[in-house]
Amino acid sequence: MKIRGIAFKLILFIMTGITLIFALIFGYNYLYSRKILLKNVEDNARNLALATTNRIDKILRSMEVATTNLATFLQQTGYSDKMRLLSVIRSFVECNPEIYGSAIAFEPYAYDKNSLYFSPYFYKSDNETKFTYIGGEGYHYFYWTWYQLPKELNHPVWNEPYYDEGAGNIIMCTFSVPLYRTVTGEKEFLGVLTADISLDWLQEIVSSIKIFESGYGFLISRNGTIVTHPSKDLIMHETIFGVAEGRGDAQLREIGREMIKGKTGFVPFNSIVTENKCWMAYCPVPSTGWSLAVIYPQDELMADAISLNRTVILLFVVGFFLLLGVIVFNARSITKPLRMLANATRVISTGNLDAEFPRIKSRDEVGKLSESFVSMQNSLKQYIKDLTETTAAKERIESELKVAREIQMSIIPKIFPPFPQRPEFDIYACIKPAKEVGGDLYDFFFIDDDHICFMIGDVSGKGVPASLFMAVTKTLFKASTSQGIRPDEILIRLNNELARDNESCMFVTIFCGILNTKTGEVCYANAGHNPPLLLRQGKKADFLSVSASVAIGVMEGLSFETEKLILLPGECLFMYTDGVTEAANLKDELFSERRVQNDVSVLREKPIQELVSGLMEKIEDFSQGAAQADDITMMILKYFGGAQ
Amino acid sequence: MRKRIRLSVAFDVCIILCLFFHLALADEENRLKKVSFIPQWFPQAEFAGYYVALDKGIYTKYGIDLTIIPGGAERSSVDYLALKKADFGGTWLSTAIQKRAQGLKLVNIGQIIQRSALMFIAKKSSGIKTPQDMDGKKVGLWRGDFQVQPVAFFRKYNLKVKVIQQPFSTDYIDLFLMDALDVATAMWYNEYHLILNSGLNPEELNTFFFQDYELNFPENGIYVLEETYRRDPVLCCAFVRATLEGWEYCFDHHEEALDVVLKYMREQHMPASRGHQRWMLERMIDIIQPLDTSGPIGTLLPEDYAQVARILKENGLIKEIPPFEEFYRQCP
Repeated sequence: MKIRGIAFKLILFIMTGITLIFALIFGYNYLYSRKILLKNVEDNARNLALATTNRIDKILRSMEVATTNLATFLQQTGYSDKMRLLSVIRSFVECNPEIYGSAIAFEPYAYDKNSLYFSPYFYKSDNETKFTYIGGEGYHYFYWTWYQLPKELNHPVWNEPYYDEGAGNIIMCTFSVPLYRTVTGEKEFLGVLTADISLDWLQEIVSSIKIFESGYGFLISRNGTIVTHPSKDLIMHETIFGVAEGRGDAQLREIGREMIKGKTGFVPFNSIVTENKCWMAYCPVPSTGWSLAVIYPQDELMADAISLNRTVILLFVVGFFLLLGVIVFNARSITKPLRMLANATRVISTGNLDAEFPRIKSRDEVGKLSESFVSMQNSLKQYIKDLTETTAAKERIESELKVAREIQMSIIPKIFPPFPQRPEFDIYACIKPAKEVGGDLYDFFFIDDDHICFMIGDVSGKGVPASLFMAVTKTLFKASTSQGIRPDEILIRLNNELARDNESCMFVTIFCGILNTKTGEVCYANAGHNPPLLLRQGKKADFLSVSASVAIGVMEGLSFETEKLILLPGECLFMYTDGVTEAANLKDELFSERRVQNDVSVLREKPIQELVSGLMEKIEDFSQGAAQADDITMMILKYFGGAQ
Repeated sequence: MRKRIRLSVAFDVCIILCLFFHLALADEENRLKKVSFIPQWFPQAEFAGYYVALDKGIYTKYGIDLTIIPGGAERSSVDYLALKKADFGGTWLSTAIQKRAQGLKLVNIGQIIQRSALMFIAKKSSGIKTPQDMDGKKVGLWRGDFQVQPVAFFRKYNLKVKVIQQPFSTDYIDLFLMDALDVATAMWYNEYHLILNSGLNPEELNTFFFQDYELNFPENGIYVLEETYRRDPVLCCAFVRATLEGWEYCFDHHEEALDVVLKYMREQHMPASRGHQRWMLERMIDIIQPLDTSGPIGTLLPEDYAQVARILKENGLIKEIPPFEEFYRQCP
């Protein structure tokens, strides 16, 4: 997926961008180069048309000049000498290779008063010059256009081209010049001098126009008649307007009108011949009023440009795919290491921290990423190794602590009832340490047959230090007792011992007492410990008032006070540590002395074991799952009376 | 032996039968009457009906083996008719009336063209908008019977014009185009279109149709010498009917008719432009239709005859109007 993501995005954006840019550049280039090409074509076409018409015009003008010169000559020098007139006309025809024939036609009776027609005509035929008179019954030349036109217009005129069957069906054109004479000071129309020229050469010139493959030229006469054209059946049969009418092409008609008006132009054109879009340049032949058009086939003249465009597009396509390949390759060079990294990471995440990361040597971001991955892997490995060691160490400690707890429990009396053979009293105690090992302690033992010493204590702190101190305290306490000793003396001794080597500044609060089993007298001393509850018969449970005191182990040389009380049968002394009163619930409310007092009162009639377990239950109920902050220790001493 | 006799008899019978059929067929061929017709002018769509009828074998169907003599400037159809160089001839009504009045005994057996297509054309740029504007201007006229309507026109509007004679070659329109003429005479179905095809737009021309100036002369009709008619009226009417059927075919098959006409034109080396011939054919169809288009084609109406004859008389071209019944022989 990732591969497609990056590579795909890259490809999409880059290629789209490139294509757009290319399209823009190409489009501009295409349009602009078209414009330039067209401009060149236009110049070219106009020049070609102009050059061709100049060629044609030159020949026609030379005809004009020759004929008008002859007319002037004849008018000047006279024509009444018939032989001379004829020989002049003959040599005019013979000496001018372009002139096919020439006639001089006179007005009725103008040459010879007796002769209506006089029109000698010399013409070339079968390589010789022939002669005839063209006037006669069948040929009233006065009315013919070549005669009337110069007569009415009073100037020389080119007539419309025609097919001359007599001359072998070639296209001819007649130039006729009006002749005048002066009669009694007035210029009078005399007749017409004509020169017939064949238009073979014209057709040759125009048909030799070759423009690319299918370009061509055509020429129309003053009235639009098609004089020369690649389509031979149009020649002399149609005018350009007739063609336009046949094709329903109004534009062509307009072009024709412009052409015969002698205009010059360059226009788009639909060719009759090639049926393709073309460009046409036209310009007039000034002497005759004809018009020449040259047709440039559009696709041919654009062929070079089009093939160039095609090549450019092809190059672009090739380049596009090359670039595509390059991008894909490059993208792969990015995504492949990423993919490998992803796979390796996945493998590692399953727990196989030793999986080999792919070696990526590139110096770019991907290489850096790979390096970071490797160092992460190493850090992880290290971390997990450390963690494993730490965990192992912790487990070791925990198991050792378990053993320590067992040992600790084993050093405090655990068997209840402890002295079944002594019915004078009963004692019950329990400890619930906050951690595996705790700092609370209790102890009871007979000093002599009649005196049982009991104590409860709370070492500052919790855990292993407290438990060690507790073990020391308990041992030292027992060691500090001897027959006949008073409780305060025990405490003094204990204190001095503990305070001496107490570098950790730990201390322990202790309440201890000695019960005389015969009398029920209890001597007790307190070192900073919680005052026990005294359960007297018929009285409410109440806290024993103890004098203020300092905890054991703080400093040497402290003194303590022994106080006495008498227990009557059935009366109890309930001792506890502050773990009971300071048991907290989730609301941080403490169990408190009051609750202890109340709950013990409620339970006082119960057997002592039940009383303690009942209170323990109450404490547990109260604390409701809050973590136990301190060791909970309770000890109860009940006196039943002296033995008999 | 018997077998051989039988075979030879069968053989003889076959020969006799063949001879019989040959003679019969020959008779059949002999029953096709050879006639000739000369149109009034060079081959063009103006005479499409005749060419098409010939080409499609319609004349043959009517028992006629027709030769069409090519008409033209050098051949007068009336002269050919008069000189019996042709059996049938096409000519204008006005011409025929004049000839009849002069004594040539010809009869009209079919009036093909019902209306006049003769017209004056002037360039708008010349400023000639009404008949009166033609006063003093150079007007081109064809000689002969093409002058009858124009001259009557000039008389009608009291115009004095300078007449330039138009040659019959169509290059005369050059005179008009080059302004050697102010007004040209033309045929609607021919030179008018040539002028359009020389680059002038209809809106640049002012036209004067003689039929709009009460000078509507029905033009071409089929004429025959009276004696020819009397000799074989059935043949004459067959010719007319075949011709009319040819024209009717043209009405429905323009392009085919053009193909035929162009073929004949090329045979005579005429410059042949299909577009121009198409225009001509379409106009011919217009002027062959009688004014009452539900009526039959090819009938000479007495009122048309009377009008033409009257104008001829008014203009001094005839002395007396030949009687209509003598002039026109309507085919059943």
